[in-house]
Amino acid sequence: MELFFFSLFALISVVCAINVVLQKHPISSALSLIGVMGSLAVMYLALGAEFIAMAQIIVYAGAIMVLFIFVIMLLNAGAESSRGRSWIVQVLGFPLMVALLGVLCYFSMQWFPDSGFVKFGDFQGGGAQQVGYALFTDYLLPFEVTSVLILIAIIGAIVLARKEMD
Amino acid sequence: MNPAGALATLNNGVPISWYLTLSAVLFAIGVAGFLFRRNIITVFMCIELMLNAVNLSFVAFAHQHREVSGHIFTFFVMVVAAAEAAVGLAIILTVFKNRSTLNIDDVDTLKN
Repeated sequence: MELFFFSLFALISVVCAINVVLQKHPISSALSLIGVMGSLAVMYLALGAEFIAMAQIIVYAGAIMVLFIFVIMLLNAGAESSRGRSWIVQVLGFPLMVALLGVLCYFSMQWFPDSGFVKFGDFQGGGAQQVGYALFTDYLLPFEVTSVLILIAIIGAIVLARKEMD
Repeated sequence: MNPAGALATLNNGVPISWYLTLSAVLFAIGVAGFLFRRNIITVFMCIELMLNAVNLSFVAFAHQHREVSGHIFTFFVMVVAAAEAAVGLAIILTVFKNRSTLNIDDVDTLKN
């Protein structure tokens, strides 16, 4: 059962990710990226990370992607004009990508060959209670620093966007 | 390992390394999009794709060690991604206002 769901959602996420890269229009890319994030949320659920799965849906698929689509609509971005690439990209690009993928897969298989199995319900420590407890005891200082980071980001976004309006 | 033994072990669930491999595949696709695409918004979305791939391996390791710290790291990555998206999209808006282009090849003032 785990294997079936893993294969199904891994296939969906990889196909959607390839679609993100191959689509010419940014709106199609954004919608495919929402597909990737949704299937990754299912993966998190299978790994016992309920809180992170919900945060993934709400923050990534809900907030960040809406921001992206908002900007794409606002700028009225059309399909990207393809122009000639240099021969080095055309010849070496795809083999180098496959080589990077091969190296990453090799090390993930080499270093963690039999590091356990994922069975749904094996790990119960990923609920909101446990995550909140860890967040407000062991990771309290990073949490507070994060709030400062968000404040800075808000101020920066407002300054940049106000310059846009003038 | 013979195929029958492999099938028998798969009854235990999905190996952690498969999740890591999926994460590597998504990361490589994100790198490919980041390098090959020319639209600045699509490049930005490929960065989000790479962040998601790394999040998946964090959660997989959290499951392996029965440890909630990986979830906290994923949470912080999400927060930073949200802040980055807000500032980055504001920068894209400003660039489009000044240059009226989204092609990253046309924004090369810092080159040379």
